[in-house]
Amino acid sequence: MSMVAVNQAEEPKAGSRWILPLIVVLLVAAVAGYIAGAELDSIESRALEASNIVEKTWQHVRLVLVSTAVVIALGVPLGIVLSRRWARFVRPPVLLVANAGQAVPSVGILVLLAIAVGVGFRMAVVALVAYALLPILRNTIVGLQQVDPAVIDAARGMGMSPARLLWKVELPLAVPVMLAGIRVALILNVGVATLATFTNAGGLGDLIEGGIATNRMPVLAVGCALTIALALLVDWLAGTAERALSPKGI
Amino acid sequence: MSDSVATESMIRLVEVTKRYPNTPADAVRPLSMEIRRGEFVVFVGPSGCGKTTMLRMINRLIEPTAGQIWIDGRDVTHTDPDELRRHIGYVIQQVGLMPHMSVARNISLVPEMLGWDKRRTAARVDELLDLVGLEPGTFRARYPKQLSGGQQQRVGVARALAADPPLMLMDEPFGAIDPIARDRLQDEFLALQERIRKTIVFVTHDIDEALKLGDRIAIFAEGSRLAQFDTPREILSRPADDFVRSFIGERAAIRLLSVVTVGEVAGRAPATDRPGEALSAQPEEPVSAVLDRMLTQNRQILEVGGKRVLAQDLLFASTGDRQDPA
Ligand SMILES: Nc1ncnc2c1ncn2[C@@H]1O[C@H](COP(=O)(O)OP(=O)(O)O)[C@@H](O)[C@H]1O
Ligand SMILES: [Mg+2]
Repeated sequence: MSMVAVNQAEEPKAGSRWILPLIVVLLVAAVAGYIAGAELDSIESRALEASNIVEKTWQHVRLVLVSTAVVIALGVPLGIVLSRRWARFVRPPVLLVANAGQAVPSVGILVLLAIAVGVGFRMAVVALVAYALLPILRNTIVGLQQVDPAVIDAARGMGMSPARLLWKVELPLAVPVMLAGIRVALILNVGVATLATFTNAGGLGDLIEGGIATNRMPVLAVGCALTIALALLVDWLAGTAERALSPKGI
Repeated sequence: MSDSVATESMIRLVEVTKRYPNTPADAVRPLSMEIRRGEFVVFVGPSGCGKTTMLRMINRLIEPTAGQIWIDGRDVTHTDPDELRRHIGYVIQQVGLMPHMSVARNISLVPEMLGWDKRRTAARVDELLDLVGLEPGTFRARYPKQLSGGQQQRVGVARALAADPPLMLMDEPFGAIDPIARDRLQDEFLALQERIRKTIVFVTHDIDEALKLGDRIAIFAEGSRLAQFDTPREILSRPADDFVRSFIGERAAIRLLSVVTVGEVAGRAPATDRPGEALSAQPEEPVSAVLDRMLTQNRQILEVGGKRVLAQDLLFASTGDRQDPA
């Protein structure tokens, strides 16, 4: 099984960091301008009402935030445990399961869950968590494993306890790789959350799915454009957080 | 050294043995030795002979399979290893500075664990940076990657000395540093040791480094056999066996000249009444350095402690007690 971490994104130069938010603003402005200017029929104008778009967007953001929070709360501690030497024998099977969670199409998980357990926000979160667990788990493990063994040897040699070593040395040094995993999970979740519409959990997927079902191109296009804008925005925010939270000196 | 403090035992190894799991032979065969307080002992030997394993058993980074390790009169094989290590300096070849911490934070780690207050720690950091030749104002706030290899190891030494441990364990600390910087670091470290008088166990595979630094040298052969444990001078003049002889290599007699001092040699050499201008030297200077000056200044007579000695008598008195049965 490959244990290659999701790469950290190529660092944009400080001067070009405003490009991404600018694209987001332009995209949203274009959508707003399009809605204001286009001739819409009653189905379209109901779907593209400002209050409806805001509600769907908020549902989407909420799905992404909650599922990412849950997956961090699960994946980071699990990754820490699996990275310990004594856990090296359970590492492969757990990663296999996490791999499967990502390999299986999310629609499949969602629909099966909907049939088995019912529909709603929680089911959507479960599916998103299953999907986004792998990058966080893998990057936590790899991030901890790539810490220079000489640094760990020196730390133990000066009398650091294992807990202190983890908190003061291993985790801070793993943070950049872990944050890269979280960033990937967030972006994945923005995309996959469009499928939450199949469990009645709302989100921008409602616009996309509704646009397809009623054959209304403008609704479909707005849903897609806003999903893209949201993904770019999330990527930018996560990149900013990555820079802010990575320790100095490395 | 003849004072009573120096003869007190700092480390006593009793039949210390290490066999790694699933290996056919002992990495360290039962080893007993005694290291005195304030002594600079060098473990030297070919790669794989068990030097690192032996060193890391002293601070229990590796647990011995059998035997006892006494430090400062205490059997440490059953004490809390973290607590033990906070009172033993540890320096490794790869240095292992925490890359996400400033130089000052790196040096503060052990004092912090020992509960020192901030002001005492900060003062100690500056004192140590001075001690290892780094200007505190310049280096305190730097991160490890902003330092050269030599500077990093200076910080590594400062960090190991932070809580003033009586004992320092050093595993090829200058092994990754370029030869010129290494030579300087060795000289400075010797001068530092003159001042701080720690008990030091120092591992190297470089016999020249061992001869230069050690008060006593433990020469290990393959399979962790302790071939000889003695002063550089004894090792050079009376190698215990063929292994030691081949390990110290060619020109043992020449090397001996940098180990003996003109003071002791001039005592054995006959005085001369030959006239001529003499070169004067201090008794504690090594013969090699004095000979070098005599050759470059073209003097045939040395004057040390009021005695005049001919260069050739100095030479043969230096190496005269060598016994080389080969
Ligand atoms: N963790 C380990 N597991 C098994 N064998 C080891 C381990 N560490 C060292 N060895 C073996 O023990 C012997 C001594 O190694 P070491 O103490 O590193 O020697 P040195 O420092 O003198 O080069 C070598 O044969 C080495 O291969
Ligand atoms: Mg070694």
